[in-house]
Amino acid sequence: MTGKKELQVSAIENGTVIDRIPSNKLFTVISILGLDNTDLTMTFGMNLNSNALGNKAIIKLWDKYLADEEINKLALVSKDIKINIIKNYEVVEKKVVSLPESINGIVRCVNPKCVTNCEGVSTRFNVVSKEPIAIQCCYCEKIFEEKRIEII
Amino acid sequence: MKGNSLISIEDLTRDDILEILERAAEFEKNPNQDLLKGKVAGVLFFEPSTRTRLSFETAINRLGGKVVGFADAKITSATKGETLKDTIKMVDNYVDFIVMRHHIEGAARYASEIAKHPVINAGDGANQHPSQTMLDLYSIKKTQGTLENLNIVMVGDLKYGRTVHSLLQAMRHFNPTFHFVAPNFLKMPDQYKRYLEVAGIPYYEHTELTTDVINEADILYMTRVQKERFSDPLEYERVKDVYILKNSMLANSKDTMKVLHPLPRVNEISTDVDENPKAYYFEQAHNGLFAREAIIAKVLGL
Repeated sequence: MTGKKELQVSAIENGTVIDRIPSNKLFTVISILGLDNTDLTMTFGMNLNSNALGNKAIIKLWDKYLADEEINKLALVSKDIKINIIKNYEVVEKKVVSLPESINGIVRCVNPKCVTNCEGVSTRFNVVSKEPIAIQCCYCEKIFEEKRIEII
Repeated sequence: MKGNSLISIEDLTRDDILEILERAAEFEKNPNQDLLKGKVAGVLFFEPSTRTRLSFETAINRLGGKVVGFADAKITSATKGETLKDTIKMVDNYVDFIVMRHHIEGAARYASEIAKHPVINAGDGANQHPSQTMLDLYSIKKTQGTLENLNIVMVGDLKYGRTVHSLLQAMRHFNPTFHFVAPNFLKMPDQYKRYLEVAGIPYYEHTELTTDVINEADILYMTRVQKERFSDPLEYERVKDVYILKNSMLANSKDTMKVLHPLPRVNEISTDVDENPKAYYFEQAHNGLFAREAIIAKVLGL
């Protein structure tokens, strides 16, 4: 043994690891970041063992570094998600996700009478509380909490 | 004020509110001023509301402006499937400002993002109706001499009533105390109670309209309990008379107390209250003219 435990998803030389994704949210993360629509080299695994979560998913992006703005969108999925920046097979930086002040286009408004659900207007929300999470629609002004947040 | 449109009462700072109220007082002294000479307003009522539309159109006429528009979306291309965006873009080409009412919530905000000219929200579904709130504030200030430190009792449908929500938001600048009187299933939504908690404003909830509560009030803001809100007709029958204000209930109220109501009223204020000098709802509606003249002047920077 070399002392390093065997990885369930192979290491990358350079790029970004999105770790500690709840397994059932893997495809939500892929969709929020638009990873289903890129030519990036990407590996992912789900239902992996995790000491902290019991069960997790992971995404490894080759030669790709995400802007903080992109990373912070993931706070809507889970605040447990961790970002590792990899250079030359080493973790050179760890980032946590933190909810941005505003959320554009990725969440559906819960109000069926909202103009965003009636006239095809792209959604926009202000984050009015980070703990617990509550967001307010910039159009109909409805405030709703985390459990009612639905990602488009 | 955010931008030069008035969409939500939340767009206004405390200073904006006070400035508009001072301007409204000037318009009350002299309602006919030629500020809008040569200007055209697009008054677009995608949903009918005779009272609000006439008030706005009167304000525009008294300011010397001209009006184009419609009183009901049935006569527009919206019935042919035209989008709101296209209608607003078309009208925006012709006019100097837009007054609009729409049943879709957020429609006015969206229109203000599309239009080059200022937009005044005259009601967007259950969301906002800022000119109603400004006339309520004007009525409160005029009758109480101040907006500060008042006891405001809100009665009736506090769940769906947008007027009470907007009034609550606007009053947060002025250190009020609120009493909410409503049946359990029409009580003030948590969103607004949390809003008050964050702002450090005290509120008390009641399920009955008692003289104890009335006697504390500076402003008694009555709203209609609407039959169509009730899923159980028996429940409506049970509560509909609980919130009826009768003249006898005002006997020991403060001398300066005023009864407000956004109108139309059904039976929640007995007609015997109308003759009481504390009844202010008809003057309140009249104040809408001055408040709307002041709003128009504000958004146009006149």
